Amino acid sequence: MKIDPDHFRHALSRTPFHDRLAALSLAEEWMAWNTYKVARVIDSVPSEYFAARSACAVMDLTPMEKYRVRGTGARQFLDRLVTRDLSKLRAGRVTYVIWCNDDGKILDDGTLFQLGEDDYRLCSQHHQLDWLLISAADFDVQIDVETHDVAALAVQGPTSCKVLAAAGVEDLPRLKPFDVAALRCGDMPLTVSRTGYTGDLGYELWMDPQHAMAVWDAIFAVRGSYDVRPMGLSALEMLRIEAGFIMPGFDFNTAEATIRDGYDRSPYEAGLGWVVALDKGHFTGQSALRAEHAQPPKRQLTKIVIEGNKPAGQAFVYTGKNGKLCGEVKCTTWSPILKANLALADIEFRNGRLPPDLWVRIDYQRELKWHTTWARCQARSKPFYQPEHRSATPPEHGL
Amino acid sequence: MTDRTVAIVIGAGHNGLVCATSLARAGMQVLCVEAGDVAGGMAAQHELAGGYRVPALAHVAYPVSAALRRELGLDKYGYAPGPSADTIMLDEQGRHLVLGSSGVSGPGLAASDETAYPAFRQQYLRYARILGKLFDNKPPALRSMPFTEKAALAGLGLKLRFGLGRTAMYEFLRVAGMNIFDVLNDVFTDDRLKAGIALDAVMGSAMGPRTPGTVLTWLQRLNGALNGPLSVQSGTQETLLPALVQAAEGAGVELRLNARVERILIENGCAAGVVLQDGQTIAAGLVVSGVDPRETFSRLVGARHLDAMFAHRVTQIRGKGVVAKLHLALSGQPGFSGLSDSQLGNRLVVAPSMRYMERAFNSSKYGECPEQPVLEITVPSWHNPSLAPANHHVMSVNVACIPCDLEGGWAGQREALARRVISLLGRYAPNLESLIVDHELLTPQDIEQRYGAVHGHWHHGELSMHQSFMLRPLHGASRYDTPVAGLFLCSAGCHPGGGLTGLPGRNAARRIIERRTAP
Amino acid sequence: MQDYDAVIIGAGHNGLTNAAFLARAGLRVLVVEKNDYIGGATVSRELHPGWKYSNCSYVCSLFRPEIYNALDLGRHGLQVIPLVSSMTFKQDGDFFGSYQNPHIRRRELMRHSPRDADAAVRFDTDVMRWCRLIRSMLLRTPPDPGSFRPRDALEFAYLLKKFHELSEKQLCEFIRFFTMPIAEYLENYFGNETILAHYSGGSIIGTGLGVYSPGTAYVLLHHAMGEVDGNIGAWGFARGGMGSVSRALASSFRAAGGEVRTGAEVMRIRVSGNRATGVELASGEIIRAGIVVSNLDARRTFTRIMDEQDVPPHLLRAATQFKIRGSSGKLNIALDSMPSFPALPDGSPLTLGHMHFTDTLTRLERAYDDWKEDRWSADPYCDTLIPSQYDPTLAPPGKHMMTVFVQYCPVEPEGGWTDEKRDRFGQTVINQIGEYSPDFRDLVRHVEIRTPRELENEVGLTEGNIFQGELTFDQLLFNRPFPGYAQYRGPVRGMYLCGSSTHPGGGVMGAPGANAAREILRDLHKPDTTPAEFSDD
Repeated sequence: MKIDPDHFRHALSRTPFHDRLAALSLAEEWMAWNTYKVARVIDSVPSEYFAARSACAVMDLTPMEKYRVRGTGARQFLDRLVTRDLSKLRAGRVTYVIWCNDDGKILDDGTLFQLGEDDYRLCSQHHQLDWLLISAADFDVQIDVETHDVAALAVQGPTSCKVLAAAGVEDLPRLKPFDVAALRCGDMPLTVSRTGYTGDLGYELWMDPQHAMAVWDAIFAVRGSYDVRPMGLSALEMLRIEAGFIMPGFDFNTAEATIRDGYDRSPYEAGLGWVVALDKGHFTGQSALRAEHAQPPKRQLTKIVIEGNKPAGQAFVYTGKNGKLCGEVKCTTWSPILKANLALADIEFRNGRLPPDLWVRIDYQRELKWHTTWARCQARSKPFYQPEHRSATPPEHGL
Repeated sequence: MTDRTVAIVIGAGHNGLVCATSLARAGMQVLCVEAGDVAGGMAAQHELAGGYRVPALAHVAYPVSAALRRELGLDKYGYAPGPSADTIMLDEQGRHLVLGSSGVSGPGLAASDETAYPAFRQQYLRYARILGKLFDNKPPALRSMPFTEKAALAGLGLKLRFGLGRTAMYEFLRVAGMNIFDVLNDVFTDDRLKAGIALDAVMGSAMGPRTPGTVLTWLQRLNGALNGPLSVQSGTQETLLPALVQAAEGAGVELRLNARVERILIENGCAAGVVLQDGQTIAAGLVVSGVDPRETFSRLVGARHLDAMFAHRVTQIRGKGVVAKLHLALSGQPGFSGLSDSQLGNRLVVAPSMRYMERAFNSSKYGECPEQPVLEITVPSWHNPSLAPANHHVMSVNVACIPCDLEGGWAGQREALARRVISLLGRYAPNLESLIVDHELLTPQDIEQRYGAVHGHWHHGELSMHQSFMLRPLHGASRYDTPVAGLFLCSAGCHPGGGLTGLPGRNAARRIIERRTAP
Repeated sequence: MQDYDAVIIGAGHNGLTNAAFLARAGLRVLVVEKNDYIGGATVSRELHPGWKYSNCSYVCSLFRPEIYNALDLGRHGLQVIPLVSSMTFKQDGDFFGSYQNPHIRRRELMRHSPRDADAAVRFDTDVMRWCRLIRSMLLRTPPDPGSFRPRDALEFAYLLKKFHELSEKQLCEFIRFFTMPIAEYLENYFGNETILAHYSGGSIIGTGLGVYSPGTAYVLLHHAMGEVDGNIGAWGFARGGMGSVSRALASSFRAAGGEVRTGAEVMRIRVSGNRATGVELASGEIIRAGIVVSNLDARRTFTRIMDEQDVPPHLLRAATQFKIRGSSGKLNIALDSMPSFPALPDGSPLTLGHMHFTDTLTRLERAYDDWKEDRWSADPYCDTLIPSQYDPTLAPPGKHMMTVFVQYCPVEPEGGWTDEKRDRFGQTVINQIGEYSPDFRDLVRHVEIRTPRELENEVGLTEGNIFQGELTFDQLLFNRPFPGYAQYRGPVRGMYLCGSSTHPGGGVMGAPGANAAREILRDLHKPDTTPAEFSDD
């Protein structure tokens, strides 16, 4: 990407979809994401949320950091980078990965796409080029930043397959969850993956920025037959919590940005022990994680359902009402579909176990006046919301 | 072919030999593999054409410590410190200054300098002695220190406070982080004297007298003076290396020459042996590397077997050689103006002032050869006539402030530098040029090629403050063990650093034995 | 019979800070100043009609908000405007800018090196960690390593506790950082030559060291540590010039009942029976006071204004050997209008901040080599600012005031300074700026050129060192100014030091003055009026 010396005139860049989004934006609520201007809300949060849960929502993913990893050493490099055992990954498949620093603390998570033999794309939330290049020493691998050269859209919701098919994306129904394939939308080449951040049926479309508008237009051209709505990041936050997805840098501090000792989190502490394969070959952080795993767990990011409906955004967690402080809520949402108060909380374990009888103390405002209340919490091990149609192939859910 | 050995020590440099012998004496079965055809590495001897032999790199040294001599029984194997050598600061007008271990003398020396010198030296020897306590063991772990280490460190603090006394301790704290330039200017007036002391603070390092931390590097060097006086090759090393080799063999170490290690075998994150260049695999549960830590981690282990930031940090270790070596085969005895024949056995230095040294260092920073380099000269054949044919001599010259990566490359420049050095020498020894039968100049790059020292650095990594103690060679490998289980380091790249001390090797062996009993 | 409870020698910002806290404790305090104006090196003067120069110090970066708050300086007229950016001109016609806006800042880094843009996250995190550690030590008295008093033990325990907040690895990293050359430290993060040079510059300001000299990484912190409105790392400009800082301090001091007397040079500190009894002025006048505080640097205090018999020989030696190393010069320039910088796009905000013209580490290091040879740098490192762009009090409307801090300038060039040499030094600087601003030379209406000679003669900074003594690890904490004398007390009772020669050192910080006041009040068994640090935990 070529950057002009006078780029300072606009603090935020525009994605290839910006003009279309701006035209549809009623709320005009924009925010910054990786130096791009993206929509927080386009119409209203409930309508965008329900589009994703009941029909089809479209979100601009372009600012996501995207790295292309190629070369004969690419697989070995990635295996050394991430904590997960990649031996089952093959071309045409996607997998969720996390990677750690030397101390076994999470640097970021992301999705790893195997596009071909020795050809991968790694998507992440935070800036990772420096770390990837540090990790690349000793491997025959070429790493390129594609963030600004690949436009991306998330198309999510139970009708997303039908919408995309109607928009002209060919051969879509055969894609199984975590499949990725090179398809076409009309005469435009696209990379499509059956992935997403909503826990519902959904696809992510990766394309050359010069096709971006046309793809957008093709999708929104089917609005006569299908309910398709653009979605902003506020609705996504609700969806991802319902689906139990974590967000490094928000639910806990990433290692690279951690100033105070102990404020970063390991995969076990983030509840991601399932993506750590201690017994695979060497990967960065392995010895630290081995040592940690040999000890009883000290804390874990835990999914909790909070009784009642008071927003518990900055609440502390206690064991017992008025009891001992044992944690804090990191993110929370009211789930419109479950009618439940959901949260991820960082909770200190007692003797290697989750403490019993969890309560949160909630400070909330009503008409600008502060109130305090206590609410009981239930810990969950599974995602809060996991509709069955998310994984059926071919997707069958109708209108 | 696979054969089972308990421990493999890579490299038969003096630290490798010390470590191997100590391990063998502790009951381990030790194989020491050496790439070259002789043991000794940079401390060995090396043959020029026509029957001249010269010291490979090291040509002056202090005796090794009494503890090491006792532990390895070196004296039994013939080790004896060589005769004491003075340092003579050469002057073009022949007004040379002689620095000995007890005093300094020379024409034109101010009386104040002459009286100040012995006290000054004694004062710094006391500091060196205290610092030496830290050199005798692994560097401390700052947070997870076992009680014994805490007690030892506290003891050192008390020694600093009470052993030195309050005023001397304050003075130690004041100077410890300073540069040698300021310290010497505060005390002395004579340029030759100041340069003579400063030389020991910067020789072998990419530092000038004004570089902060050079007091510490000087103290590190002075620590050797506590073992006895400096001597010129044909003294110390000529008996040290054979003694080390014999001690090793006596302890049951198997020494295998011409066996270059291609890589260290890693299995399940643990060192499992070595693979030699000829393809042979030797399995062992314990591998000790006497090779530069950068070489050890980046090439022999490979970054892929290490955590990413650790491997990255290895590449950031500073240490580019700055000393070239000139060997001269001479058809007769060189005559230095104003120097008697009997003085030829000393260490002769061309460094008229600290400013001269600083200027030479300035050039090297930018990859340029200084117009006027700093020279450290010995005539080894003066001590040991067998090094050269009858009545002939060999001269060994360390040429300091020579960049490793010469701007524009070394091709064609080697001879130019040799000529420059020879003509500089000629200003002090007018008959020299006519005596030269053969010469050989080793640039830092040549030293790397010949001895495997990365970038030709003597100490396997700069002896700067930020690469000392628990930062040597880097955090995570500073206590001789490494992130790879079963792999240890024992080279000068480890605490307490370079010089013919054997301390890294000795400390490493102790650490290995300690780890085996209490991991 | 005492004339005053305390007399402070020198109305620099630390002297005034010290005096203000003593006055607030109810002491009768007099500040005596040799010049006809107050402020020492924290001063603004109108040397050319209509233009106000900050003659010496030119930015507020380190001034402690705790002191600002405790002395109510906002009400006494001080306003610190944050400096928004910094930049380096490249020789190839391009430039590198460090913008305040995080998105623009990141994009600009990406413009020069995508990898360095990502590494900046790691860099910022690490530097902030060291800032937090050092910051917690600024408003405290360093312990005496030779003492066994409970206070010193407690202070050591505090330091240990602070260090214990770091992991083993972070501790080692800190020690490494503390003893490292700035260039090498930055190379752990960055690879782009311009970015390296840009971030290195701050580390050589005021020191007799180069970017490859060990210990310079720490100096970076001394410039990054300041905070304006709570933002660690931000720099600020005092509205009305740096003289506003001393004016506000003096005003706060007077409001607490203190007196300032200018044009009163102290010849010596009077001592009787191992106790300070007052000062003797150049006029012969004697001012009696039980407490005498020197805002002069440690060498000047012990070798010039104290009688030799009052100073123990080892202290006298330490004072003579204290490393001061003047290395900086300064130009203050009155401009007829805003100079143009063709490399910058129209409307660029980068002229509002620091401007530098040295784009490689080699150029920075060569500038240092010149200084080692007692020459001013032929290609100096200049920290250039045009504060009149947002401070209307500094120059007439449409006109501008430029301040140029120059590294390196020798204490004494070969043969000594002459006015002619001083002017040639100034011309070197003007030529460098002129290379990047074609109309610059023609806009210059008046220049004040200050070499170490001027800084020493006018302000009394020995060797013209802006920190009153080199700020390297060998002269920090309990080693500042010298081991055993880092607790602000002099060799006789009732005599104290409060200048930048003492912990935590130079910069317009006020901390040495406040710390000294705390020690004085403790010795007098008076209530402590000095503030505790604002913790950010």
